Formats: sequence, C-alpha cells, structure tokens
Amino acid sequence: MLRLVNVNSYYGLVHVLKNVSLHVNKGETVTLIGANGAGKSTTLRLISGLQSVKGGEVTFEGKDISRISAEKLVKLGIAHVPENRQIFRPMTVIENLELGGYLLYKENGKKELGKTIDEMFARFPILKERENQLAGTLSGGEQQMLAIAMALMCRPRLLLLDEPSMGLAPLIVKEIFNIINELKDQGDLTVLLVEQNANAALKIADRGYVMETGKIIIEEDAEALMKNQEVKRAYLGHDKREMWEK
Amino acid sequence: MEITNQDFSNLLQYIFMGIQRGSIYALAAMGFNIIYNSTGVINFAQGEFVVYGGLMMVSLTMTMNLPVPVAFFFTVLFVMLIGILMERLTINTVKSPTVLRLVIITIGVSIFLEGIAMVSWGKNSHVLRHFSSSETFEVFGAMILPQTLWIIGILVFIALGFILFFNYTMTGKCMRACSINRDAARLVGINDRKMVMISFALSAGIGAIAGIIITPIIQMDYGRGTMLAIKGFGAAVVGGLGNSVGAIFAGILIGIIEAFGAGYISSHYMDAIALFFMLIVLFVKPSGIFGSSEASKLKEF
Repeated sequence: MLRLVNVNSYYGLVHVLKNVSLHVNKGETVTLIGANGAGKSTTLRLISGLQSVKGGEVTFEGKDISRISAEKLVKLGIAHVPENRQIFRPMTVIENLELGGYLLYKENGKKELGKTIDEMFARFPILKERENQLAGTLSGGEQQMLAIAMALMCRPRLLLLDEPSMGLAPLIVKEIFNIINELKDQGDLTVLLVEQNANAALKIADRGYVMETGKIIIEEDAEALMKNQEVKRAYLGHDKREMWEK
Repeated sequence: MEITNQDFSNLLQYIFMGIQRGSIYALAAMGFNIIYNSTGVINFAQGEFVVYGGLMMVSLTMTMNLPVPVAFFFTVLFVMLIGILMERLTINTVKSPTVLRLVIITIGVSIFLEGIAMVSWGKNSHVLRHFSSSETFEVFGAMILPQTLWIIGILVFIALGFILFFNYTMTGKCMRACSINRDAARLVGINDRKMVMISFALSAGIGAIAGIIITPIIQMDYGRGTMLAIKGFGAAVVGGLGNSVGAIFAGILIGIIEAFGAGYISSHYMDAIALFFMLIVLFVKPSGIFGSSEASKLKEF
C-alpha cells in the first residue's frame, strides 16, 4: 500500500533521512521505533507531504506521492496525527471535528459531516461530553483522542500516528492503544505508528522497523523484535542484570 | 471650574469626531489583522486599499452617476480584485517566504499602487457626495453629520459580519485554523495558500469600505494611504495584533484621542498625538492593550 524506496530528506543542510526504505501492506499495523532524533517523525512528515523528499520514491497504492502537497494527500486517504497533539486549541471540540471533516464537508455536504461527527462521538463518548469546551482545556489523553478523531473524520485508509502516547499517564496510554487496536480490527484501516514507547507499540503491531540516526537498522516481525537482544537493550528497557547474566 | 453647557457640547462634538475617524482606523486595523492572522505579515498596502475604495467610489458615483448602493458594490468588488491580484502576483509567488521579505514586498506594492492612483486619479483631492443629507443635526449642542451615523452603522454591521463569518462558516473556521496551526490545517486538507488569498480579498474589501464611507468627510487623494495605514496599524498594535475586537476599540480610542488633541491642544498636532499615543503603548505594553503578552511571545513578528 505504502512504499518508500531509498528516500532522503534534509533540514537545511542537515541530512536527516538517509536512504530510508520501508513498506506497509494493506491492513497491517507497522510500527517505527527508535530514540529521539532518529528521524521517525520526519519520515511521517515526509509521507504526509509536510517535509520535502530529496531523492528516492514514495508511492501510495502504486501512485507516486513524493511531489503531492499535504492538503491533497488527505484526499487520497492518508491521515496524519502529528506529535504533540496538533489540535486547534483555541477552538471548541466540535469545531475541531468539523475542521477534521473539512474535505468530507466539501464533497458530501453538511449532513454527512454531522453524521460522521456523531460516529466519532459514539466512538469517543468523552468528546461528546466536552463538545463545546475549548480543545486546549482538555486533558492530554482527551486531546489525543480528539486528534485521532479528527484524523478519522476524513475516513482515511492509511493512518499515520506520531507518538500518541507522548506525555500521557500509563493508564491513558493503555486506553489510547486499545482504541488504535479497535480501529484496526473494525475497519480496513492500515496504521503506521511511530513510538518511543516501544513495548506498547510492538504489542499491537504486526511488523516493526527500528530507526537510528536517520537510517533503518532492523526490520522484523513485531514478536521477533520484542525478543531481539539489541532492541531489548536499547528500547525496551529490560532489567540490565537479566542481560548481563545471559 | 464650572462646566458649562458649551464645554459639554464641545466634548460631545470631539467624541463624535473621534468615533467617526476612529471607525476608519478600526476598519483598517481589522484589515491588517486578517492578513496578519493568515500570514504573520503586516500588509503595508492596506492604506492603499482604503484610498482605492474612496477614489473608485468617486469615479463611479460622481463621474458615472451610478446610484450609491450599486457603486458601493462594484467598488468593493474592484478593490477585492486588487487584493487578490496582489496576493497571487506578489505574495504567492515568493519561493521561500519569510516575514521580512513579505513585509518589504507589501511596502513595494503600496508604493506601486500609490503611483498608479496618482496617474489615474490625479494629485488633487476628490469630493464624494454624502450618502444621505449633508445637513448636520444637533445633539445636546454638538453638530453631527448623518454620514457619521452611516460610518458607525457600517462599522457595527461589518464587525457583526466578521464575527458571524469567522465563527459560523466553514471558510471562516478554516481561516482561523490556518492562523492557529498551519501544518495541522494542511493535514485536514485545507489549502493554506487559498486561505491566504481569501484573507487578502477580505482585507481589501474591508479597506475599500473604509475608504468609501470616509471619503465624503475627508476628501480622498492618492497620497492618503500611508497615513491611514500607519494609524490603522497603530490601532491594530494597540488592540493587540491579530485581535479584531481589540482593534475596533483601539481604533476608536485612537480616533477619540486624536480628536481631543485637535480640539483641546491644536489641530496641527493631531497626527502627532495619535502616533505619540501609539509609541507610548509600544514602550509600555508592546503586546497591545487588549493583547495577551504570552501569545505575542510565540509569534514571529
């Protein structure tokens, strides 16, 4: 469904992505893990068109998307939930959802928009309760749910999730991951998940990539990754002694 | 000191004068804010929109003898078109837009438009008929022009339209979304460049309206744009950049201060007093009277 081949990207002169290649098949949940600054978020920004591609190719359902701008990619069915919960804080929850469904509104009109918002309220009841509150006043978990709901408003086929667990309490993280899992089970949604919380991410993923300083260093099934010594040491934070003794 | 009736009517007279001038500054400031919110840039050609509004209205009503409402409509449309052209030709084409570059461009456009206005309408001032009667009427001893009421009415009307547009229409919400978080707006499929174009159109339209309604009172000439832009900018800054409700109050406040200065000190210092007030605000509270200092820290400019 999504394929990146030898993609490079720069921030000014800084070479942030070095020959990154990855693919996501239809219906899969793939996770991209790695430390801060490894280039995970940049990879997502590049797929969703916020970051420019220099060399290499990016294809989505067989179509080259490396030159298509962000706002047009949404139309093709790619939704990106950026890190740090990029919602419109000074606007109300319902306004945020309406904006999330901007394309739906443009193509199918107001009725369809209202219907989809109701669907989101059914899935995230807490948002219904907060309907007229300013989005910035929600708790971190609620904001994350709103961000996900906004992305789902335009009925994407590929969902790019950037660190949905960042800065949230463990219980809330669990809830968010449950939601992601549900989403995956319910529809024909494909998910590319970027996470620092490798443990949680690998639990719900089918496959995983490990990134380090702009390169992909490991690609394996999620289960195999969880057992991988290198991954364990660097990202899963298992007890050190356990490793020394082996 | 005893306050006489005469003093009171003078005071009232100055207040009305202030509100009348201030309304224009408020409208200009709203124009500044719309563009500032969508691009982070101060559009120094804003004053030219006001001038073109006034001059075009003069041509349509005085020379071509169109009725006022029709001329009003076409003038606003004409100036909005200038706004759109300006955005498409000069702002949209910039490859790596930085705030400074865009600001310099708007200054260039402003000088260009001023030149065109001079060539097309000449250097003399133009008179425009009042919308209704030009006979003053008396309120507690103050003499008031019906045009003043038109100005105030239209300001209120536009302010209400503004609120409705930005809060209840999808396009308005999209424009707000773009100003809050441009990347997030693009990720829901909003074309940010189109929103910038719409903001130039709206801002030009509001500028044109300001020009149309003030011309019967001040008589428009090609060179008025700069001063109007500076006062309008002052109102936008005093009101807190980007804050349109603040801009309306600040505009009227500056107008009233100006009128008091003209009435009680000397009309020669009228402009100086308004600008002095603006400088004081910038020294003491740079985020503006109605602006939040936290928000202004996050802005580029």
